[in-house]
Amino acid sequence: MNLTLRIWRQRGPEDKGRMVTYQVDDVSPDMSFLEMLDVLNERLILQGEEPVAFDHDCREGICGMCSLMINGEAHGPQRGTTACQLHMRQFSDGDTIDIEPWRARAFPVVKDLVVNRNAFDKIIAAGGYITAPTGSAPEAHSVPVAKNNADAAFESAACIGCGACVAACPNGSGMLFTAAKVTQLSLLPQGQPERYTRVIGMVDAHDEAGFGGCTNIGECAAACPKGIPLNTIGRLNRDYLKATSKRAGTPGS
Amino acid sequence: MAVTGILLVLFLILHMLGNLKVFTGETSFDHYAHWLREIGTPLLPSTWYLWIQRTVLAVAVLAHIGAATVLSMRAHAARPVPYAHRRKIHVNYAARTMRWGGVIILLFVIYHILDLTTGHLNPQGDPANPYGNVVADFAPERWYVTLFYVLALVTLGFHLRHGAFSAFRSLGQQTPKGERRARSAALVFAVVLVAGYLVVPFAVLTGLVA
Repeated sequence: MNLTLRIWRQRGPEDKGRMVTYQVDDVSPDMSFLEMLDVLNERLILQGEEPVAFDHDCREGICGMCSLMINGEAHGPQRGTTACQLHMRQFSDGDTIDIEPWRARAFPVVKDLVVNRNAFDKIIAAGGYITAPTGSAPEAHSVPVAKNNADAAFESAACIGCGACVAACPNGSGMLFTAAKVTQLSLLPQGQPERYTRVIGMVDAHDEAGFGGCTNIGECAAACPKGIPLNTIGRLNRDYLKATSKRAGTPGS
Repeated sequence: MAVTGILLVLFLILHMLGNLKVFTGETSFDHYAHWLREIGTPLLPSTWYLWIQRTVLAVAVLAHIGAATVLSMRAHAARPVPYAHRRKIHVNYAARTMRWGGVIILLFVIYHILDLTTGHLNPQGDPANPYGNVVADFAPERWYVTLFYVLALVTLGFHLRHGAFSAFRSLGQQTPKGERRARSAALVFAVVLVAGYLVVPFAVLTGLVA
């Protein structure tokens, strides 16, 4: 396959950045999308040019590092797939492919296609944990969890924090990520003591980071490589309403 | 958004049911319109209830627009550099039309008040005879009025289809089964409401109401 790539090049956070066109020939349909970029980079290095910087780590769809907007779609055209698991057979010979970084004020571009997703860590630090003594793993049967709660919590826990929800959202909102983290803990007994301070803290951190507001459109859930359902945002909303009416967050309440 | 939206939706339902009284004849419709000015009497002086309701609705509309403006501004600020290659919203056509649809609906509401409440833009504009105003308004030779009315109502339908579901979700609808129900309910509600509004101009247009 011969492809034309239009890739966002930006030397650093202060650089204005631009789309640059590259030609990549003899691409195998069995290559992954990132392998195709590796081939381009090897050629650029041989030519003495600066290779394209992009994030990647596990290349098996579980680390959440790869973050490419491919032809205007987060992680490319295949549903439920991260960019590293996307294969070139999804494209045709002669295609022009646009590759951009996630676009959000909360995710500033570090270089080329690499963005800083520290804002997600700030949301987690504001409540995405349980305060419990750690140590050896407790006996799994000591705290019973209803099967449907366990399933829904697990579904949300599948979030890898890649940021595709933010990238796809027309409002630049990170609510699907925040909701997945809230849901995963609020459905389990271990998450109950901090349930209502958590949701307020995480939503506040989300807004402070500069993400937009959710308007329930659903582009996030369609783009999510892990299939986090849109109704997790309803779970967050319900916890948030309860939390604000309960005056949770006031010490002693 | 959700709370003010629900207030406005409740008004839309009552307004639609009131409109349908046009099929009960001129005397009945004009009597109903007159009664609207007398609700609450003798406890309240004449037209007081109407003005209280108008105030509540005006506050709800302003708060709804205010909340939408805040959301739009946040959305704009959240993505300072746009995508070079951007696909339009593809999972939800109704959601795509929310902001511009809202502006169209607002313009329509202003026109609608000047037309059938104050009578300034109405060919008859007689406050004592609302039935005649409606018949004169949607007369076949004024087809462009009916066309604008239809376009505005269809826009309202899309707005309600996403808005009603979104209100359920904002107020804590949280299960996948409930989501399917909320989406279907929003769709059925939007279609029924728009149909309920559109039968009136089409009845005038076809001579059923004259």
